[in-house]
Amino acid sequence: MSVNRKPIATGSDWNFSVLERFDEELARLADEYRLDTYPNQIEVITTEQMMDAYASVGMPVGYHHWSFGKQFLSVEQAYKRGQMGLAYELVINSNPCIAYLMEENTLMMQVLVIAHACYGHNSFFKGNYLFRTWTDAESIVDYLVFARKYIAQCEERHGVHAVEQLLDACHALQNYGVDRYKRPSPISAEEEAKRQDEREAYLQTQVNMLWRTIPEPPAGVAPLPGSLHSDDDPLGLHTGGRYPSEPQENLLYFIEKNAPLLAPWQREIVRIVRKLAQYFYPQRQTQVMNEGWACFWHYTLMNRLYDEGKVDEGLMLEFLQSHAAVINQPGFDSPYYSGLNPYALGFAIFMDIKRICDAPTAEDREWFPDIAGSPWRETLEFAMRNFKDESFIQQFLSPKVIRDLKLFLIVDDDQVEMLEVAAIHDDRGYKRIREALSSQYALSVREPNIQVVEAAIRGDRSLTLHHIQDSRRPLGRSVYPVIRHLQQLWGFPVHLVSMEDGKVTRRYHWPVEEESKGAG
Amino acid sequence: MTYFIDRRPNAKHKSAVNRQRFLERYRKHIKRSVEEAVNRRSITDMERGEKISIPTKDISEPVFQHGPGGARNIVAPGNKEFLEGDKIRRPSGQGGGGGAEEGGASNQGEGNDEFAFTLSREEFLEFVFDGLELPHLQRKPLKSLEEIKMVRAGLARDGVPSRISITRSMREAYARRIAMRAPIKRALKEAQEALAAEERKDPVLRNPARVVELKAEIERLEKRIDAIPFIDTYDLRYHQLAAQPQPSSQAVMFCVMDVSGSMTQNHKDIAKRFFLLLYLFLEKHYEKVELVFVRHHTAAREVNEEEFFYSRETGGTIVSSALNLVNKIIEKRYPAGQWNLYVAQASDGDNWDDDSNICRDLLVKQLMPQLQYYAYVEITPHDHQSLWHEYETVAAQFPERFAMRQIVDAGDIYPVFRELFKRRMSQER
Repeated sequence: MSVNRKPIATGSDWNFSVLERFDEELARLADEYRLDTYPNQIEVITTEQMMDAYASVGMPVGYHHWSFGKQFLSVEQAYKRGQMGLAYELVINSNPCIAYLMEENTLMMQVLVIAHACYGHNSFFKGNYLFRTWTDAESIVDYLVFARKYIAQCEERHGVHAVEQLLDACHALQNYGVDRYKRPSPISAEEEAKRQDEREAYLQTQVNMLWRTIPEPPAGVAPLPGSLHSDDDPLGLHTGGRYPSEPQENLLYFIEKNAPLLAPWQREIVRIVRKLAQYFYPQRQTQVMNEGWACFWHYTLMNRLYDEGKVDEGLMLEFLQSHAAVINQPGFDSPYYSGLNPYALGFAIFMDIKRICDAPTAEDREWFPDIAGSPWRETLEFAMRNFKDESFIQQFLSPKVIRDLKLFLIVDDDQVEMLEVAAIHDDRGYKRIREALSSQYALSVREPNIQVVEAAIRGDRSLTLHHIQDSRRPLGRSVYPVIRHLQQLWGFPVHLVSMEDGKVTRRYHWPVEEESKGAG
Repeated sequence: MTYFIDRRPNAKHKSAVNRQRFLERYRKHIKRSVEEAVNRRSITDMERGEKISIPTKDISEPVFQHGPGGARNIVAPGNKEFLEGDKIRRPSGQGGGGGAEEGGASNQGEGNDEFAFTLSREEFLEFVFDGLELPHLQRKPLKSLEEIKMVRAGLARDGVPSRISITRSMREAYARRIAMRAPIKRALKEAQEALAAEERKDPVLRNPARVVELKAEIERLEKRIDAIPFIDTYDLRYHQLAAQPQPSSQAVMFCVMDVSGSMTQNHKDIAKRFFLLLYLFLEKHYEKVELVFVRHHTAAREVNEEEFFYSRETGGTIVSSALNLVNKIIEKRYPAGQWNLYVAQASDGDNWDDDSNICRDLLVKQLMPQLQYYAYVEITPHDHQSLWHEYETVAAQFPERFAMRQIVDAGDIYPVFRELFKRRMSQER
């Protein structure tokens, strides 16, 4: 096949008009593949601006906090010493979808990044169910602006130190700011700002209501429960003897609504951290899928550009080298090994789904009767839209990918002297490996399961949490600093109980009590 | 739809506030590192940042995590020889059970125990002089020793040939030529026109005498034009030189320190900051600053910086020995007419009683007249001894140029120089 090669540009230098022409081509191809994307906003930035963007976890606007400064310093240090290259790209789940390109990138890199971020990630943000459920691309930037302004105001009114301490405490709990099984109401920045004053007042009455029994119910007010209207008790938490009546996994929400001593502005800040945690919640659960999807599309789109003669051989070779580096997966015994590479795993699975659709083997027909031989584009879209890492791997990790990556399963039990190889890439092992890898990406396995079980509203106001322990895996040492933060927010003693199979394995208290000193 | 935006011209340092917050929060840690750096570095080597390490455990942002222990399943890539059921020895080293995220994956060279970053030069100096209210060192010109420098100052009509300004002379000549030729040229033109008119006339009517006359006139005028000199002596211009007083660009700073047994390392560390501050100040004002270290107990010796701060001696104290040595060094190497002389002395106040008035005389009669500034610090929480009292009389005689102060810790250092800075500032206006 001879292609009439008319590259849009050659060499490694780029300018805006060249990028625009490449973008037009990529948009045309993406359209052909029916990739549904938000409009793109591509911003060219310098290295230092990229480090800034890194430091604020990719947020275009962020509130001020020392931890972002720490992040910036460590990125800067690593970059200057050459230990780390900066990511060539950073993309924000917003509408329009903001992607950053670094000015130092070569032409190939810019084109690759546009394909990867502006068409790959972008369509993932728009299509995946977790993002659709948990984030609102329309309003995130507005909300960030609101959050920054609000926190700056609080700093002025209440002092930087007070705000910093509060944020420290909230950050410690930010992974516990989501109700996993409840759908959130979408955040809207405008309303957020409009109703904020109302909410402050309202929240405070809520809390007052809850704590009214302590220490003495005011005259004329009937004691809890029973007197409350259902409007006054939106969570239905006041009924029954114990409060809350059901365990609460959303610690930040519980604090925001119930902590007795927080001032209204403090509740608002808890809310801001919670909302932002919610925004990042899908990203934490779709790393493999998101990167795999983006890699699949940059690979596909770049090859199409080449097939159509829009890029020359030089650029293509540079691309292939770069692509190979991104999806490289060092073995467990390599000095470069640092866990499974989500790019490599995700790319391998998506490529394999396409293969199963286009050219299924007997094995594929047995393992994937539903998708073997089906039109690949629809199948891929379905996989992208309806899964998160955990379920995606469970559903689509094929024996071939397991063989290609030579995955194996090790059981590490501290009661057994040796590690055991429980499964390898053979017929007996595929399912176990798939199962284990899937749960390795499950948030509920990656992070300890901790829930609020009781706030002693009639007693000493202490807060009790349960840690549901699994496979005898205890909490790490960081548990004390975290419950100290929790105690600061709550204002009264905090108890954390580790339980496994209904039995208490360990208790933690803050302020530290005699009992736990003995145990510790 | 795609929009391209060039953000590069946008403000940098978006993280500057966060960076400051971070530095503020870990002030104590950073201060400790900076102090170590100050003690380690040479006085002349303060003009760069410093790498700071803070233990990770002090800086971590805690979240709930799994600790080591229990049973875990791990899926890893790159199996080569393992078969199902194989037992593997637990990798030695950290973690045993392999705590989930704790300990981190730090197999990439750098250990994870330390959080390291670099302070910029400004940040570093700020920490060095934390609490010292460092004045703005720049832009305060010192009234200092003046040396005469010849500078070009305009042009003059006479001078030596080597200073001729060719362009200016040529320009003058050109102007003169134009000016002198103009009337002659006008007359010439008139004569030529008259001649032409005469020649156009009918030969019968032509006046031959007039033609001859006009021709002679034209010839005369042409000769006059030719006679105008291309350059004349009064065209010449010479560059002129003027004597201009110029602040001397070199200074020498004498660091004088008592190293008798009573001076502890802590005393010396405080003294080092004292010397450092003066050095930084001088460095802003002079192109070249030389340092001379003179240490003394009963006898004085000129030493290098290393020895000055870190070697130990014992014995009594005779301050005049150091002042004598300084005086000798000035005579020999730094004539007062060419150098700005500064002396900074640090001691714990001990001196032989008999020696103190010798010191005073030395200062008043020999040193002070030559010096720009003399700063003395007494690092002691105790009462003053004879040396202090003698110095007080010196200070009374040279209130502008002699500063003395008792200091207990590093925070007291800057006020020693306050006089120096203040005076310069008011002079500026």
